[in-house]
Amino acid sequence: MSVFKAKNIGLPLMNLLRFEGLSILKQLHLEEQLLRTSSDNWCIINDGTNAPAIVLGLSGKPSELLEIGPVLQDRVPVIRRFTGGGTVIVDPGTIFVTFICNRDDVSSVQPYPRSIMSWSGLLYDKVFEGIGNFQLRENDYVFGDHKFGGNAQSITRKRWIHHTSFLWDFESRNMAYLKLPRKAPDYRLARGHLDFVCRMKDYMGRSEFVDKTAKQLAGISC
Amino acid sequence: MASRLWASRAASYLRISVFNRGFASVVKDLKYADSHEWVKVEGKSAVVGITDHAQDHLGDVVYVELPEVGASVTQGGSFGAVESVKATSDINSPVSGKVVEVNEELSNSPGLVNASPYENGWIIKVEMENADELNSLMDSDQYSKFCEEEDAKH
Repeated sequence: MSVFKAKNIGLPLMNLLRFEGLSILKQLHLEEQLLRTSSDNWCIINDGTNAPAIVLGLSGKPSELLEIGPVLQDRVPVIRRFTGGGTVIVDPGTIFVTFICNRDDVSSVQPYPRSIMSWSGLLYDKVFEGIGNFQLRENDYVFGDHKFGGNAQSITRKRWIHHTSFLWDFESRNMAYLKLPRKAPDYRLARGHLDFVCRMKDYMGRSEFVDKTAKQLAGISC
Repeated sequence: MASRLWASRAASYLRISVFNRGFASVVKDLKYADSHEWVKVEGKSAVVGITDHAQDHLGDVVYVELPEVGASVTQGGSFGAVESVKATSDINSPVSGKVVEVNEELSNSPGLVNASPYENGWIIKVEMENADELNSLMDSDQYSKFCEEEDAKH
């Protein structure tokens, strides 16, 4: 575990946990526990989960969001997380980055979704500086108009969590487990999954992304 | 200008204060927590919801996680959650007591929290165990000022 303080972009003192291949269920358990029972700030980077899994937001309905038949037939685990947002299928090609903060330690950020996303967007602006026309678009991280990172939050009285799953790589056939969501961002323009998302590996190396993100926490310019 | 004058007269009639900055409303005669919940006292019962300021900042509410009737709530403790734009946000009780009713309408129409935060978007009713707790809450003027200060910081 490393402890960093980033001087730029208003990052508080933060404990950094780095994992490789931690199961997404264990990661979510850990995150919820740290959010609810710790008073420290945390950044968790999980470089790939160990096996494919579908993760729904708090209110996600499997019958509306998933192709139930293939999911059952292929015995893909389906997990409901404690944060909001949409449905993702994660696998060893997914990189997870999570921030858990005391709201008073990041006083420039209002504890509401847009404010939190703007804050994290600033950090990733630096990670992806000069690469692929990166931006926070509506609520997604995109290169141009292709999504490669989805995020979600949970906000408590004194703390909040913002976690992101980045598609460094993915199996195209896994997207077939997901239906087109009823609610989609405007910029999606009714595109199917494979036309809507892109792979981060086409823009940046895997360890380069993880290292650059960790360096941002330490306030070291990349 | 005319519509602004009409709005302020209507607000006065309805006992609603309207912010000069932004358009979040505050209702007089309610009490408010610093986590942006309101409470309306009806004898020993308290009706609880989230404020216009909160719903405005959260965005479209797509789901409300309600407690069970009979559950205990503690002042400042969370009893449920609202989901909006990628986020779940705890709802905290302004008073301690027992949940005697929940707004089942929110299961089918979570958007009531946005459309009518102080009326049809109410969330729970609580049988209070200690009415003195209300003294630690803000009145409408204090809450208005609190929101203005909070928004000004960001």
